[in-house]
Amino acid sequence: MNAPAAEGRVTRYGPLQDSAAYDVVVIGAGVVGAGIARELARHRRVRVALVEASHDVGDGTSKANTAILHTGFDATPGTLEARLVREGHALLGAYAAECGIPVEPVGALLVAWDEDQLAALPGLAAKAARNGYEAARVVDADALYAREPHLGPGALGALAVPDESIICPFTTPLAYATQAVRAGVDLHLNSRLQHVTWAEGEGVGGHTLHTERGPLHARWLVNAAGLHADTVDRMLGRTTFTVTPRRGQLVVFDKPARALVHHILLPVPTALGKGVLVAPTVFGNVLLGPTAEDLHDKTATHSTEQGLSALHTQGARILPELLEEEVTTVYAGLRAATEEDDYRIDSWAEQRYVTVGGIRSTGLTASLAIAAHVTGLLAEAGLDLGTPTSLPPVRMPSLGERTQRPYQDPGRIAADPDYGRIVCHCERVTLGEIRDALGSTVPPASLEGLRRRTRARGGRCQGFHCGAALRDLFDGELS
Amino acid sequence: MVNGTGGTGEAGRALGRRVREVDVLIVGAGPAGLTAAEHLAAADCGTVEVLEREQQAGGVPRHCHHGGFGTPWTSGPRFAAARSRAATDAGAVVRTSTTVTGIPEARTVDVTGPDGLERITARALVLATGARERPRAARLVPGTRPAGILTTGELQQAVHLYGQYVGRRAVVVGTEPVAYAALDTLRRAGVTVVAQLTDLDRPQIPPLRAADARLRRTVPLLTRTTLTEVLGRGRLTGVRLRHADGRTTQVPCDTLVFTGDFVPEAELARGAGLRMDRATRGPLVDTAFRTDVPGVFAVGNVLHAAETAATAAAEGHTAAAAVRRLLAHEDRPHAFGPQLAVAPPLRWITPGRLPRDLPADDTQRFLVRAAEPLPARGGATLTVTQDGRTLHSERVRGPLRTGNSREISGSWVRDAALDGGPIHVTLAATRR
Repeated sequence: MNAPAAEGRVTRYGPLQDSAAYDVVVIGAGVVGAGIARELARHRRVRVALVEASHDVGDGTSKANTAILHTGFDATPGTLEARLVREGHALLGAYAAECGIPVEPVGALLVAWDEDQLAALPGLAAKAARNGYEAARVVDADALYAREPHLGPGALGALAVPDESIICPFTTPLAYATQAVRAGVDLHLNSRLQHVTWAEGEGVGGHTLHTERGPLHARWLVNAAGLHADTVDRMLGRTTFTVTPRRGQLVVFDKPARALVHHILLPVPTALGKGVLVAPTVFGNVLLGPTAEDLHDKTATHSTEQGLSALHTQGARILPELLEEEVTTVYAGLRAATEEDDYRIDSWAEQRYVTVGGIRSTGLTASLAIAAHVTGLLAEAGLDLGTPTSLPPVRMPSLGERTQRPYQDPGRIAADPDYGRIVCHCERVTLGEIRDALGSTVPPASLEGLRRRTRARGGRCQGFHCGAALRDLFDGELS
Repeated sequence: MVNGTGGTGEAGRALGRRVREVDVLIVGAGPAGLTAAEHLAAADCGTVEVLEREQQAGGVPRHCHHGGFGTPWTSGPRFAAARSRAATDAGAVVRTSTTVTGIPEARTVDVTGPDGLERITARALVLATGARERPRAARLVPGTRPAGILTTGELQQAVHLYGQYVGRRAVVVGTEPVAYAALDTLRRAGVTVVAQLTDLDRPQIPPLRAADARLRRTVPLLTRTTLTEVLGRGRLTGVRLRHADGRTTQVPCDTLVFTGDFVPEAELARGAGLRMDRATRGPLVDTAFRTDVPGVFAVGNVLHAAETAATAAAEGHTAAAAVRRLLAHEDRPHAFGPQLAVAPPLRWITPGRLPRDLPADDTQRFLVRAAEPLPARGGATLTVTQDGRTLHSERVRGPLRTGNSREISGSWVRDAALDGGPIHVTLAATRR
């Protein structure tokens, strides 16, 4: 039994005053980097820092995906991605249950809209089997419409993939980061990396990371910089891949739309691209998207007239009634695509460096498996990790629409009436939850961060009712 | 206090809820709800309780620091306070920070508040949940998602209730009356309005008021202009606009206010399975403000997003009489007459149907809303027909605007056949 480790620090401002070297620095606090930091935190022997350019964890690609916990049924068999998604699905499913990360096992239907797509379904089922997923079944049009009566006319059949689930994309990286920090990992935010140098130190050489907030020293480096993984790679003298951001725009519909759809409605992949999906969210909304646009600008996370209009057209075919509902929000994310159709995880032992690139939309699902894989690579390369311990469990806020929320919990309100004071009416977020988030291990740095932690201001009114009150609470916490 | 599992079939959900009964339960302490409460409590209707989810009663007028609430010199907060006091003085119980989270069965609501969970059953339930402005996303305005984008409602609360810093340079979208309230609030907060825009060809308020904003306050008004993109990361840095001639321009600003384009706050009504009016997006009611579920009424801006506080309050008064009638004849089944339907250029009419079991009330007014602005000159004629028979026609003078409704007479109601077909309300240019 190990003594509980001292909690790590979460820093956002001021110079990084750390003369002592970390054993490992993980660059990038997205779902992948935070997952790696959490895995490393199980090894009490190593001193770890998680360094992030943004002011919050999960603030890049991780916050703007389709929020699906994939089975990996459609991965390319034999790839690293196929294996890590398959393993990650099981690992994250179990972890989510333990931590209270909202997951709903709604299942997916790949809907065939023409004869070619219908003909492709048995092949997709066979491919799923090659990926170790045996439960995919072809269903005919009658069975499809029985399951999804609001589906637009003209569907010919579908492949049912019962184990595809929806998950909260915000809580997942936050749970990792919270657990990592509590187990001793330092989290340095607002610390954009500028360049990296190598120096032979006393006895052992190491990296010096020159960040906006000053230098950090690290014996080992893990690059989980997502969209910027190629830039960091070049700082280390490696040019193994180039990230081409692929933008996905998504539209979130208001909660009454949730009654229109029961499964994740996936398109059948064709030569013309993956197409868009319609999926419920764990917050009780419905998602339509994503577009797939290859870009060069890694900051182009804006939605466009053309993108939204294309989604409108696609949505009208898949679920016509959806378009009669109000839109709650629109967002766009950039997937970190590279020239190859697989993850790009490489280790250079002599350089004490592991790069984790090309993690695209499946990164959320695979995150825990990626973390285990990367930790394995570090050990193989010579990092002495010692024996792993288990981390104290973390319990995340109950954000899922299908779980008991604090406003529904009489015991909780009796213990603290603030859980009975609803501040955000559309999402029914209470004062107690907002206080909890503001005082949490990794507190939010903005109202957007508060939204991702609580759902506050994330609903149909977008702050008409509660925006000013929330800002008052947030500013009060800062002063 | 009774702890237990009230209701039927919902025992699991009712667990831990305090189960209570009241005579009249009103959801929403805005002008409509408070006025209904005042008149019901004054008429000795037993226990009258108003549930308000905000910390203060009063509704939207709480943060409208301008005149025009009942009288030109009565401000929103004064109006809100007066209505609230009148309801309480008459004997109604007004509970704040108390949210109705669902309507598990007719006339029964689930409630969350600092005192815990309740399930309250009423003999009459009145929904007065109001309206909200449609925010940026609902309007599908493309671009980034920076801070600095708000609706008038949030702006007014930020400035008048919390004294928050707003920004320096604002662009205001819309020209409905509420847009001019937003201009006033921005001015008081020291924000320069660099542009006000509308995709219509003229502002949706009387010309004098528009001229005042444009000339005395020097707010540049851009008509036939569309907001095509929001720019900036972290904080808003500007907007891109497209003008009628296809030109695009970029306007630097750090604040963007979306005004008007109100929609009913009708999710509770919809969740309860009440029959909705597709045109208004609120519950369908008859002229006695009865929904299709016996004992459930709806009143105020949840029916017509959004009219003045005075209109909502007047409806609250009218609805109180209907609620009293229900309480006196509770076992009498209700019956509805024909529905009202409009055609373009009209967008909706409310109330949306006639009662069949009540005496014709020809003092009842209807509100019609235009789908597009209709010109001031030339005039138009509004015609009410049923089964090919003209029940009523009236000249509509002055322009019809998209942001507020026109009141039309209900004098024709007694001539309608209650077992006849739908009543059509049409508007056409007056023949010369």
